[in-house]
Amino acid sequence: MTAEFDLPFILGHVNYWLFIVLMMTGLYIVVAKGNLVKKIVGLNIFQTAVFMLYISVGKVSGGTAPIFPTDMNVDPNVVYSNPLPHVLILTAIVVGIATTSLGLALIVRIREQFGTIEEEGIYQIERDMAAEEYRLHSELMSERR
Amino acid sequence: MEMLIDIVLFSMMVATALAIVRLRSLFAVVMLAGVFSLLSALLLVTLDAVDVAFTEAAVGAGISTVLMLSTLALTSRSEQPSAKAGLTPLLVVLVTGAALVYGTLDMPSFGDPNAPATTHVAPDYLERSQHEIGVPNVVTAILASYRGFDTLGETGVVFTAGIGVLLLISGLRRRRRQKGEEE
Repeated sequence: MTAEFDLPFILGHVNYWLFIVLMMTGLYIVVAKGNLVKKIVGLNIFQTAVFMLYISVGKVSGGTAPIFPTDMNVDPNVVYSNPLPHVLILTAIVVGIATTSLGLALIVRIREQFGTIEEEGIYQIERDMAAEEYRLHSELMSERR
Repeated sequence: MEMLIDIVLFSMMVATALAIVRLRSLFAVVMLAGVFSLLSALLLVTLDAVDVAFTEAAVGAGISTVLMLSTLALTSRSEQPSAKAGLTPLLVVLVTGAALVYGTLDMPSFGDPNAPATTHVAPDYLERSQHEIGVPNVVTAILASYRGFDTLGETGVVFTAGIGVLLLISGLRRRRRQKGEEE
């Protein structure tokens, strides 16, 4: 690592770090909060931050949006930003909403089955179910003996 | 000037995200998530990604807010306070963030015209789409033509997700009615 921490370096990289701050806020929500809807919101924040990080890689300073004049007379002196990250992120946004909707549908099903959308409550119910099964099993085994 | 706009948008986004962490009312959380998406769309405009910005505004702030609100209508409105506090999540986040920041140190500066991302295939696309496709918007040209199979795959993903959601949700009302009759 030979990076020098001078002012141009920091100014050139500070936006990446700010995106990482947003990303980590989203990750914190996913890890620390027990409510499933809130976890999905956290995941969405993380995802949006990743999109912005990716788009910022394609930005060229002094550039403009990659759209030509309608008569297609392109001025060779105009600098255009990189259109490729935009295309990839467009796809990613649509796939993101598809996964979000699937997650939300799962939450609706979980609520129907367990009556709660809190992680703690779901764990408690699962522990109770496991304990009940264990009790039944040991009863059965002692009868057989 | 652009720097100033960026910093204002960033601080608004961080404030929104922190409010989402703190709030317990899920309705407020979902609304703030919509605000966050809209702010990110503004930031994407300053990054020259206008197509992505309006997709994000329509999909992120529009459709996903509607989906989350309908989930709230079918589940519950507020978050229960969770017992587990602890420093583990904070530690996980800090370590991950530090690793990511370490990863950015090698990256080219923001807006560098000589960055590998902008010198590799991007000039080719910008050059060739003018006479090969003839659509003024290069993003459209790449999305629908050069990377048309990507878009086809994306349609497949959305279709699969739609079927999954239908299978999960369908019969919800019927099962509820059955439950009501049993009780």
